[in-house]
Amino acid sequence: MKPLSRAVGSVPASGIRRFFDLVAEMDDVISLGVGEPDFVTPWRVREAAIWSLEKGLTTYTSNYGLLALRTEIARKHAERYDQNYDPAREILVTVGVSEALDVAFRALLDPGDEVLIPEPCYVSYGPCVRFAGGVPVPVPTRAANRFRVDPDDVAARVTPRTKAMLLSFPCNPTGAVMGREGLQALVDLAVKHDLYVLSDEIYDRLSYDAPHVSVASLPGAAERTILMNGFSKAYAMTGWRIGYACAPAHVIEMMMKIHQYTMLCAPITAQLGALEALKRGDRDADEMVADYDRRRRVFVGGLNEIGLECPLPGGAFYAFPSVERTGLDGESFAERLLKEQRVLVVPGGVFGEGGVGHIRCCYATATEKLVEALRRMKEFVSSL
Amino acid sequence: MSREHDDDLRAKVLHILEKDARVTPDRIAAMVGASEDHVRALVEACERDGLIRSYRTRVDWEKAGEPRVFAFLDVAAQPERGRGYDRIAERIFRYPEVHSVYLVSGSQDLRVVVEGRTIQEVATFVAEKVATIEGVRGTTTHFLLKKYKDDGDLFVDDPADPRLAVSP
Repeated sequence: MKPLSRAVGSVPASGIRRFFDLVAEMDDVISLGVGEPDFVTPWRVREAAIWSLEKGLTTYTSNYGLLALRTEIARKHAERYDQNYDPAREILVTVGVSEALDVAFRALLDPGDEVLIPEPCYVSYGPCVRFAGGVPVPVPTRAANRFRVDPDDVAARVTPRTKAMLLSFPCNPTGAVMGREGLQALVDLAVKHDLYVLSDEIYDRLSYDAPHVSVASLPGAAERTILMNGFSKAYAMTGWRIGYACAPAHVIEMMMKIHQYTMLCAPITAQLGALEALKRGDRDADEMVADYDRRRRVFVGGLNEIGLECPLPGGAFYAFPSVERTGLDGESFAERLLKEQRVLVVPGGVFGEGGVGHIRCCYATATEKLVEALRRMKEFVSSL
Repeated sequence: MSREHDDDLRAKVLHILEKDARVTPDRIAAMVGASEDHVRALVEACERDGLIRSYRTRVDWEKAGEPRVFAFLDVAAQPERGRGYDRIAERIFRYPEVHSVYLVSGSQDLRVVVEGRTIQEVATFVAEKVATIEGVRGTTTHFLLKKYKDDGDLFVDDPADPRLAVSP
């Protein structure tokens, strides 16, 4: 038989699959391995979706998504970040940020085009670039720099083939955030080298110590930035698969072309749920964020007490401690911790080379469970 | 520390204790990023100044094998010059079987929650003690049949965590 696609074949299998199989055979595991909230979607959002189904709202929508939803998205960005997007032409509602990323890369890249991707990062960026025929170019970020992107590291990797730079702050898996100045330096680089900027800001609402700075709101950024966001994290809507992209009209037009032929539109029920979330879900989101903040301090404080060094992360709901002092790498630490103490964490190497000496722990879990997980981790660390 | 910072911290502490009065000062300190002594002092000040009125335990007496009867009582009353409904309310709220007394808008005036061991006991209390108070023009009694949610607490069990063990 003829070989399957080289682009797809070149992407290795996900590093977390193995842990699925291990954990499936165990009882009483505390999982800090998830990438989603432990809350269910706020009732008002679920109720709005149920009501829409009862009313029979079960059709396709505009390829761009419901205009009412795009209008609310535009309002949110104007109010929170002073960004102005035209709901008619500059916003595309997608099936999660995942789809937004996919269509953005496909709209931007020709074969061989390079995309700069700071690592450690979410696992999908590199593979999506490859599926689109592009070449992911990792840019290291370091614990010593709180996993922020250093413009010099970016500049050193720009080539004539570089087409775009990806940013994702607050960051999964590191919890890193970047302030105005640091982001502006990166935007300036993008302007200098004429790069597009893809900014995945799915964790924007989960910024604890300082207000989130949206990349597209910075001088020089709007005309070259594809901003992506969604509802999964802020409103605990992961399973709804609903997100969006905001960008200049000609970019959205290209993305919509792919979206219209592959997805047609995002599911209407999810769109209507998202509409309710934006209109009336602020209080629900604020309460969840306050809860994550409390757990963040309890959990990260506990990690440091047992010698797993971890500065307080400024965003998302992950702690990314170094396990180097235990003499183990993240992979063996995670595997032994699971087998010996039944606590599941994700080895940092899954998120890129720079994460090898770390583990990712999601603290979107009840405080009592976090405390018990810390107790078990302490036992494990002392046994080494 | 600034006054504003302290007020903000106090609000955070109160929000935590409102949901769970048993969270210990060291845990609260970890949650809000303050010292344990500071949290203790804040809580003591709140208790002293009446911002924290009490700490209690919500018991499911049904499960504890000691079921109780509750009734919601709508009371129509004659307001009095100079003191409104205060005298009548006080005559009612002094009884230990009375859980709460509210002055409400609408066709009735006072909403009273009464607790007893049997329906008969509650009915007798209403007829003998409440309806006979001077100025009470009438009462309507609604017996509680099933508790779904009480002061923010659900009385139904939530399903277990449905999330996959690992996700990116």
